[in-house]
Amino acid sequence: MNFELTEEQLMIKEAARDYAQRELIQDVLERDEKGIFPTKHIKNLADLGFMGMMVDPEYGGSGMDTISYVLALEELSKIDASTAVIISINNSLVCYGLNRFGTEEQKRKYLVPLASGQIIGAFLLSEPEAGSDASQQHTTAVDMGDHYIINGTKNWISNANSASTYLVIAQTNPEKKHKGINAFIVEKDSPGITLGPHEDKMGMRSSDTHSVMFSDVKVPKENRIGEDGFGFKFAMMILEAGRIGIASQALGIAQGAMERSVAYAKERKAFGKTLAKHQAIAFKIADMAVKIENARNLCLKAAWLKDNHMPITVASAMAKQYAADIAMEVTTEAVQIHGGYGYVKEYHVERLMREAKLTQIYEGTSEVQKIVVSRDLLKD
Amino acid sequence: MKILVLISNVPDTTTKIRFTGDNTAFDAAGVQWIINPWDELALTRAMELKEAGGVEKITVANVGEKITEATLRKALAVGADDAIRIDAPAKDAFFVASQLSKIAGDYDLILAGIEASDYNGNAVGGMLAELLDYNSVSAVSGINMDGDKFVINREIDGGSQVLSVTGPLVAIVQKGIAKEPRIPAMRGIMMARKKPLNVVEAVDAHEKTSFVNFELPPPKAACKMVDEENAKELITLLHEEAKVL
Amino acid sequence: MSILVYTENWDGKFKKLSFELVSYAAAIAKEMGLDLTALSIGNVADDELNKLGNYGASKILKVENDKFNSLDNKALSKAVVAAAENVGAKIVVFAHNNLGKALAPRVSVKLNAGLVSGVTELPSSTSPFVVKKKVFTGKAFANVKVDAENVVLTFAQNSYEIVETGGSAAVEAFDPQVGDADFSTVVNETNKITGKVLLNDAEIVVSGGRGMKSGDNWGGLEELADLLNAGMACSRPVSDEGWRSHDEHVGQTGKIIAPNLYFAFGISGAIQHLGGVSSSKVIVAINKDPEAPIFEAADYGIVGDVFKVIPQLIEGVKEM
Repeated sequence: MNFELTEEQLMIKEAARDYAQRELIQDVLERDEKGIFPTKHIKNLADLGFMGMMVDPEYGGSGMDTISYVLALEELSKIDASTAVIISINNSLVCYGLNRFGTEEQKRKYLVPLASGQIIGAFLLSEPEAGSDASQQHTTAVDMGDHYIINGTKNWISNANSASTYLVIAQTNPEKKHKGINAFIVEKDSPGITLGPHEDKMGMRSSDTHSVMFSDVKVPKENRIGEDGFGFKFAMMILEAGRIGIASQALGIAQGAMERSVAYAKERKAFGKTLAKHQAIAFKIADMAVKIENARNLCLKAAWLKDNHMPITVASAMAKQYAADIAMEVTTEAVQIHGGYGYVKEYHVERLMREAKLTQIYEGTSEVQKIVVSRDLLKD
Repeated sequence: MKILVLISNVPDTTTKIRFTGDNTAFDAAGVQWIINPWDELALTRAMELKEAGGVEKITVANVGEKITEATLRKALAVGADDAIRIDAPAKDAFFVASQLSKIAGDYDLILAGIEASDYNGNAVGGMLAELLDYNSVSAVSGINMDGDKFVINREIDGGSQVLSVTGPLVAIVQKGIAKEPRIPAMRGIMMARKKPLNVVEAVDAHEKTSFVNFELPPPKAACKMVDEENAKELITLLHEEAKVL
Repeated sequence: MSILVYTENWDGKFKKLSFELVSYAAAIAKEMGLDLTALSIGNVADDELNKLGNYGASKILKVENDKFNSLDNKALSKAVVAAAENVGAKIVVFAHNNLGKALAPRVSVKLNAGLVSGVTELPSSTSPFVVKKKVFTGKAFANVKVDAENVVLTFAQNSYEIVETGGSAAVEAFDPQVGDADFSTVVNETNKITGKVLLNDAEIVVSGGRGMKSGDNWGGLEELADLLNAGMACSRPVSDEGWRSHDEHVGQTGKIIAPNLYFAFGISGAIQHLGGVSSSKVIVAINKDPEAPIFEAADYGIVGDVFKVIPQLIEGVKEM
């Protein structure tokens, strides 16, 4: 057992921290208020290697491990979880899926520009009828011989507008149920794709979310990922790895809220002494620290399992559920510690609280994670 | 052309300064070490010069014990080609400059930060220039190459100048030399371990200064507050009480 | 035996700094029973040079050679070394400014001297020589012992009281015999800051931070600075945003200053900023955030809107 980080891991953590605290902080409030996509930052972070962290350098990536990825996402999310989620989707859903299951041609054509950050990717699973239930796909992909025709609507798609490459999950053989589902690489500018309006979200407002409509969209056969019917398994494997990304994001949000609370408690005075000297506040901070440390350990454990090619289904679900739930608790307490200041935008913690809420919802709600964990324990 | 960038390993600039051993030594417990901010800017400028063409190699060097290698590897991650660590504690500026003078002879341009943010010596660059019998320019806020000459912006007391100086040269740099320190890209971080970090034995040299002890500034009295609506009162206080107006 | 103090001139004139520096060196000379020689390089009229006698210099070596105008570090340090040897100097004192910091390390090597830079007090002991200096950018002080036959110091401005002795000094022309080969710096262009008070010289500094909101709101601060004959400064975010020029940035990575009075308008007081101004005698903070750390460092404070406070201060100064 060894809890020490390597020099490289520490350097990546520091690089992410430096970028976040030097650059992301500058316009994070404005981007949140106006819902502006961080175009400039995504380009800079791509140049630094953050868009394809775990992809082999041969395919344009940085060749890092998942531990480094957790550390980087935590640091970015402390300041700006919106930018972090754009990166998380590109890394742990899109690049991960192509890197692991794509053909050599698919990798050359799509993974290289995605991992090097020249283009951004999106993952299209959720539908209006059901959130993250991948077995119920109303979107259809009809096999036409040398190509497929896709029809249907996808909802809550992060990066929908900024992405150039979509990974789309759709039903080809409804009679085979989830074994009839396929995954496709679809170029966003294909004829027949239209976007719904920009969703006016409560938080993560700097990331662009839309619904995406497919109307007779033609996709060449070579853009199917894996064998016919592999789509459901593909989506499940990607989601379980992706949970580590969202868990790390939630961890960063919580850590950011705690750091701001600590600084505030040391400065702000009430009844003749600093908040830090009031036990009611000091204990709140202790509670935050313990929860955050637990969440961090769960994230790093799941990352370690993944790096060592061990099963991560339960570990990543635990990490995501716990980190997201404590992020909500910690940010709520952070607003409380800040009092009136916590309720105004300038002090950041209200934004962190709004951002925390989404980590309990997307890429599988906390309830879905509990289903995953409990099913594993209760199975016959 | 070859550039040598001198690197000091210093406590993070937000470190709370404490001393141990009856105030005779800096308390390094829990301290995060960083590249001295001016050295980091110097390295960034060296990288920019290399990318503009005409620089064959950038070496970073420091005098320090093994613990300082993390700082050198960060410099390699940022983009230096190789690193030299002279294996000795950095006793004082003259000791450090004497050590560096043994490895610095092959370089056309040596970049040193104006000072290290810990002991504020303002010394190593100038001493090294004297030991090597090179010219030096201090308070440098810009440097470019023009054939075999360096074109330098330097701050003087009461203004600034543009100079031409021939090498070999020690340029002692400050704010302005590069806009912001460069963040290492992941490619660079991965390559850092593969780049040479040569450990060199220290030579005999005597330090000429030593720290007897340290003191923290006396605690400040509480801030006297004046009401916003009555700000003029402040001028009266500064005039009559503090007697600084 | 002697102490040598290098007194820089600005267009043939000395400044308050020069007299403070000579007073400081004279006090050490007196303590050690040594003479004080001032070295002046450049074209300075004898009656200006004679002023140094009033602050304790007994002799002035005058070098008049236009070649030194390029401030070539190698050539100038040779000239200082020649002067030091000429008077048998045990101690050489420079100002802790751009030129002093450039020359002192070179001279210390040549003279086999221990260098202590940024000293703030008279030596607490002269044998062994122990003197106090700032470390950690003003966050602490160190007492430094010199273990060498000679001593070179750079003296931090605004840390010693000027003492007029009523004495006079003999001016002697001196040729340091520095050959042409030692000059390799060619000055292409010199831009002097004119018409405003130099930050390092200013006894009062008026400084603005992010709370000034944009680059367009500085008229009030400039007027206040004008009335007080103060230097203008700013915090790092301000110069990074391009609201003010980089040479006004004070802080750990910008200029380190020590005026008698420092006004911080809309500056929160990050530890890096305080590192650059903490040696100011009196700090005044105006900030709308009562929790801003600048109030921990300040002697006087106003919690409020800088744009409401500035006009009142201007009025107050005008009435004074």
